[in-house]
Amino acid sequence: MSPLSSTETPIAEIPGDTLRERIIDDLRTRIGADLLDSLLKPGDDLWVRVSTSAWRQTGVALRSMGFEYFCFLSAIDWMPSPFGKGEDDPTAPPVERDDTVRQGYAGGATRMQLLARVVHPSLHVGVNIKCDVSDSEPVVESWSPIFAGANWHERETHEMFGIGFAGHPDLRNMYLPSEFEGHPLRKDFPLLARMVKPWPGIIDVEPMPGGSDDEEGEAE
Amino acid sequence: MTSTESLIDRKQLAYIASQAADARLNVELETEGMTLNIGPQHPATHGTLRIIAHLDGEQVVWAEPSCGYMHRGYEKLTEVRTYPQVTSLVNRIDWLGSFANEVPFILAAEKLMGIEAPPRAQWIRTILFELSRIANVSLFLGDLGVQLGAVTPVFMAFRDREHVLNLIEAATGGRFHPNFDRIGGLKDDLPEGFIDETRAVMKKLRNFCTEMEDLLFGNEIFQSRTRGIGVIPKDIAMQYGLSGANLRACGVDWDLRRDQSLPMAWDKVDWKVWTHPDGDSFARCWIRLQEVRESTLIVDELLKSIPSGPVMAKVPRIIKVPEGEAWVSTENPLGEMGYYVVSKGDLGPFRTKIRSASFNNISIVPWVLKGVYVPDIITILASLYFILGDIDR
Repeated sequence: MSPLSSTETPIAEIPGDTLRERIIDDLRTRIGADLLDSLLKPGDDLWVRVSTSAWRQTGVALRSMGFEYFCFLSAIDWMPSPFGKGEDDPTAPPVERDDTVRQGYAGGATRMQLLARVVHPSLHVGVNIKCDVSDSEPVVESWSPIFAGANWHERETHEMFGIGFAGHPDLRNMYLPSEFEGHPLRKDFPLLARMVKPWPGIIDVEPMPGGSDDEEGEAE
Repeated sequence: MTSTESLIDRKQLAYIASQAADARLNVELETEGMTLNIGPQHPATHGTLRIIAHLDGEQVVWAEPSCGYMHRGYEKLTEVRTYPQVTSLVNRIDWLGSFANEVPFILAAEKLMGIEAPPRAQWIRTILFELSRIANVSLFLGDLGVQLGAVTPVFMAFRDREHVLNLIEAATGGRFHPNFDRIGGLKDDLPEGFIDETRAVMKKLRNFCTEMEDLLFGNEIFQSRTRGIGVIPKDIAMQYGLSGANLRACGVDWDLRRDQSLPMAWDKVDWKVWTHPDGDSFARCWIRLQEVRESTLIVDELLKSIPSGPVMAKVPRIIKVPEGEAWVSTENPLGEMGYYVVSKGDLGPFRTKIRSASFNNISIVPWVLKGVYVPDIITILASLYFILGDIDR
């Protein structure tokens, strides 16, 4: 199997299974056992999970495979929100909630995960890359030397999730004042507007256009 | 001299200028730098963007945008809303082309649910998507003139954009925030007389494009202010994740409407993706002008072949999206707009990452402004074209 490389002109190929399988194989030859897990949805999308120590190496590998277009970089906090949807009555006793951390596609072991996406500009195929971020020391190597555009995305992720990026030139806040405490997109950060005044209702049902009330579809 | 030679010349000149700015800072330490604050409230910044520029004489040593004046925390807010409620939020990201913001989110939710809108809904979605592109970019073309000191184009732009907004209002009930897209289809069908009216308006918009071409793009002052200014090479544009017209102006033939399969009607009609090899401010503006014209032609073609049938698929009354993750992006007026939706099987998304076009498009500003002259800051920012809400979200 010939590795995809940016030097060879890619043949017009329908971005389907075989193409994405080749991408996984090629990535495995480049980073080896650091490719922890992958999930391929045929004809749809591809997810890979790499080890934290190989985060930058994965970026280099993907770039040399021709994934030159940097789409975005962010994170996911897999802990269920202790505040639910922010609809609790503040005077009532606290509600019991399931707080088990369940990761999504391509698995994971930690509460926080980095998520990035790069795209091959001529094959029009993207890869979603995930990596675990440890709770005790949430620092990952920066991608900004590989993709210059990662600079701002990492600043945003640092501000919103509190994940550090080693080798990043300047991790200042982008949106919030520099003295702001907390990381707003973490699930344990309360949405204060919802805490002080309960939301009138999560369920909104709009009548279907042209449909009468008895026609309820597969209502649950 | 061929056009490629002149392009290389211009790139070299831009490179030399940036090197000179660096060298001056390092060697001639006796020159005193100056910090220039442009904005937050400056007529040339489309809202509340602030640019901090360090100058050496008339040349920029380094410049940096300071965002966050319009951060509304939509990613957090989506976590406490239901799926149908999210469209009214994302409407307000790029407020000049609101309908286009709803589509990728709805498509992502539909992908997770495994449903598809009926053909008529797909057609109407595509028509409204292109109408919001026309409304958005026609205002850009008018605004471009203002930023360069020409006042007339903006009046023409407002005049003709009004016709498009009237169409959007007739169909959706809202001029700016339609909130019309639903999981499984659309809220309503098109009103009576919409098709004839749209044809007439598209003709007017093509005239508007021709007017702009004559008035602005042929103008000598306009050309000398934009040609060879703010050149972005292809590989740099890719690294920064530039998208839309900004990327196509660097010679990259990539349009998400054509290059991915979505349940929309773009692949049902024949149209052209415009590219330009130069990568300068002129190229970016020129591409947008061509795209407005192309969009009017797409709408005309779609109106000819619009299928009959329902506009809403059969969906449960209370929408629960199965567990999973989905990424959908579309070619919005400003560039690639995408949503990464994580569902845990609830009424609302567990996490939504909103990838907006302007955030990436503006992240290149420190790179591209290095070494340019102060008046060029304005033309470069104007040609990169951003909407503040689309940067901060």
